[in-house]
Amino acid sequence: MSHRAKFGVVVFPGSNCDRDVHYVLSEIFQQEARYIWHKDSSLGDIDVVILPGGFAYGDYLRCGAIARFSPVMREVVQFAEKGGVVVGICNGFQVLLEAGLLPGAMLKNKSLNFVCKYVHLRVEDATTRFTSACRKGEVLEIPVAHGEGNYIVDEETLKRLEDENQILFRYCDRKGAITEEANPNGSMANIAGLINERGNVVGLMPHPERCSDEVLGHVDGRKFFQSIINSFRD
Amino acid sequence: MHSVKITVTLRKSILDPQGKAIEHAISTLGYGQVGEVRTGKLIELKIDCPTKDEAERVTNELCKKLLANPVMEDYAYTIEQA
Repeated sequence: MSHRAKFGVVVFPGSNCDRDVHYVLSEIFQQEARYIWHKDSSLGDIDVVILPGGFAYGDYLRCGAIARFSPVMREVVQFAEKGGVVVGICNGFQVLLEAGLLPGAMLKNKSLNFVCKYVHLRVEDATTRFTSACRKGEVLEIPVAHGEGNYIVDEETLKRLEDENQILFRYCDRKGAITEEANPNGSMANIAGLINERGNVVGLMPHPERCSDEVLGHVDGRKFFQSIINSFRD
Repeated sequence: MHSVKITVTLRKSILDPQGKAIEHAISTLGYGQVGEVRTGKLIELKIDCPTKDEAERVTNELCKKLLANPVMEDYAYTIEQA
């Protein structure tokens, strides 16, 4: 039997996608998954930490701003520094930005509306541990649900992200063209997901856990989780 | 004791869509002479310390660590002896 990866799903007060992520990992993929309460001061024996979507601490002050000072976040930062695999989805991505594990910040969507719909994403790099089950340039259909996904970063950092291939997913149309119309929130360079330089931390606004079960009609999200699981196979 | 009022606003170079929406509503009300509307947050707090310098130091630290995100926001403050 192949090695099962051990996942920890962090639960902040206000997280609301924690159970979806746990369900997909344990029921669809038959992996080990457990919850980690935000007050825990140890992550335990795990391979991957997932910061799920939601509204941690009500998104008071700024999205992710209070959550990043939760006791568990000290552990998450150390885990990442040691090379541990860290995934931030939606609100979790915002927490990673506030914690400085990925560069930049999220502004309110350009439209001012909360956007909840399926979008198309282009996989910019299929050589990472988060995208190895995809093809480069592949278009995935995955839903977003956020009010603050309008990514911003200074020009110098943006150039570095592009040069170093750290933009992992971009909003695109169904054919893979990067257009303004396909951008649901005004995000700079249509950025939907980023990976750090070392390749062990990823953040993305779309929700792969919401499209991994066949009863929901779409399963493109599976490729994301499958890639991570594959990266732990011998 | 010092009373501190901190305002956090989006940096000038960043489009403030909330400000734009409010500006649009103001112009709909007939105030064509009003423009450049920007929104932000007001945070009030008290600092128990002997000198204004100390209050200022703590305020700056708090703003940098938590209250404002330097990637997209600027902050300003006033400090009064309470």
